[in-house]
Amino acid sequence: MTSVTKQKSFFESLAFFRWYNGLSLKRRRMILGYMFIMPFILGFIFWFLIPAVVAANLTLQKWNLITPPRYVGFENFESLFSDEILGQSLKVTFLFSAISVPLGLAFAFFLASLINSKVRGIAIFRTIYFLPSIVPAVANAILWAWLFNTEFGLINFFVRALGGPKIAWLQDPNWVMFAFVILTIWGVGNSMIIFLAGLQGIPEIYYEAADIDGAGRWAKLWYITLPVMSPVIFFNLVIGFINSFQVFVSALLITNGGPQNSTLFLVLYIYRTAFQSGKMGYAAVLSWLLFFILMGMSLLVFRYIGSRVYYENPGD
Amino acid sequence: MGFVDAPAGAYVDKTPPKTRTDAIFKYLNIFLLWFFAIVMILPFLWLVSSSLKTQNAIFQYPPDFIPNPMVPENYINALTYKPFGQYFLNTIFVAGMNVLAVVLSSSFCAYGFARIRFPGRDFWFGIVLATLFLPYAILLVPSFIIFTRLGWVDTFLPLVVPQFFGGGAFNIFLMRQFFRTIPEEIADAARIDGCSEFGVYWRIMMPLSKPALITISIFTFLFAWNDLIGPLTYLRSPENFTIAVGLASFRSQTDISWDLQLAASSAVTVPVIILFFLAQRYFIQGVVMTGLKG
Repeated sequence: MTSVTKQKSFFESLAFFRWYNGLSLKRRRMILGYMFIMPFILGFIFWFLIPAVVAANLTLQKWNLITPPRYVGFENFESLFSDEILGQSLKVTFLFSAISVPLGLAFAFFLASLINSKVRGIAIFRTIYFLPSIVPAVANAILWAWLFNTEFGLINFFVRALGGPKIAWLQDPNWVMFAFVILTIWGVGNSMIIFLAGLQGIPEIYYEAADIDGAGRWAKLWYITLPVMSPVIFFNLVIGFINSFQVFVSALLITNGGPQNSTLFLVLYIYRTAFQSGKMGYAAVLSWLLFFILMGMSLLVFRYIGSRVYYENPGD
Repeated sequence: MGFVDAPAGAYVDKTPPKTRTDAIFKYLNIFLLWFFAIVMILPFLWLVSSSLKTQNAIFQYPPDFIPNPMVPENYINALTYKPFGQYFLNTIFVAGMNVLAVVLSSSFCAYGFARIRFPGRDFWFGIVLATLFLPYAILLVPSFIIFTRLGWVDTFLPLVVPQFFGGGAFNIFLMRQFFRTIPEEIADAARIDGCSEFGVYWRIMMPLSKPALITISIFTFLFAWNDLIGPLTYLRSPENFTIAVGLASFRSQTDISWDLQLAASSAVTVPVIILFFLAQRYFIQGVVMTGLKG
């Protein structure tokens, strides 16, 4: 890895390079390494550390963006406990996460299994299955608002054709959660592709060996596919879980939090608190709350589910 | 889910099913493939179909699936209702700058993580991975404060400048994985010929990493094209709006009817779908390259 240079260039005659070339190889590598990762380090300081400090400071202030901020002590934290809308928002967010994450994971795995088969034209199927995931979020929201339209939407057309009632998907607080779960599950393409990549990475020998041992389909699924896929399943679980806490665009555009705050997801509530109600300090408290919820839940997931994951090459 | 027999290769299975259950599973598999293909594509067909209908035909039950009469004028009306041309240029500018930033910055950092051994490298790479799991929503409010202090609100700067600092954890991670697949001997040969470490990065690794660079470019472009929360937070004047914000403001204005909303949505989706079809192998490659295999 040493740089063996024969002739002296202009740069090498500069003082900096004379100093640099005089250093030991170890030192030089260190300088070089930090030079390369410097953009990330600076970015981390500017866009993560400083905002975190600002957010911590902001939690003690009241600021509506117009008049100068003023310190109010722990008032913003006290508001947490008397905020009924926050309770509703947390309930909605947790409920959505609890329903959509397992369903989405199972559906993505199921779709990945389907498009992992050896059928003519499978590439076209894979493309079609991934299509919903690339629709721009805003267009997607408008599309689904129209699909779920009570009178003229396509979904109620099918429900009624099958003899069901006219469902007020977006107006009925009990149904609206299912509407959001359905539209989320329709867009599981990203986890599906990750599952597909995982399935394709399973050596065929495993299944051949199982065939020789007389294993059936379910035995192969249960004793080979699922254990070998467990790191991928775990990855998708963590990503799906984090995403489920960030529903924003669809909640803003399809229902705007309604009806009766039944789609007031936490991020939408933070956004409203900050930019519509002008309570920047309280919004900062809510952001920290979201951070600690996600961190706490991730720790639980890693502790109780991560330990069951099977790794083929530990430490690799 | 039991139809997963083996990873699909490039070949097509022509062997006849061995047993009756095999045959049932085979046909069930094909049936389900078609069924879900229709489920996946139907909303798009419905979108296009509705966007070509007159106001009256939209509010009709049961609906016609083929619009009659067809009104492609909906598209012209929708796209001229707001200055979508301007929105389009703004979006192209933001997305283009993002791609440039990400390609330069993430590959540069990734080279340091992939190819230079120095104390603290693993610590910093741990931080990269940690930020991967840190949702944007948490930083929404504090970042807004920072950009307000900097006086960057209502400019494109908050949407572009941060990308030059590392270009996102996911992209650094992906580039690092790709760089590690390139044989070190090629770089060593260049070093012996007197190439500096920067030269190795720029003249050897970058040209060899075109597939990975294309992959991150596409992801970045799509992200910028589709992003609503960033532009919605930072852009104020209508002449600075991106397509996503312009389209979202369609929703909030009650006087814009469904036919125009749907025509505009469909028009915004089409470029993305075309890009997807042109570059679809890079989407899959991007996932496979991150090494997320069992």
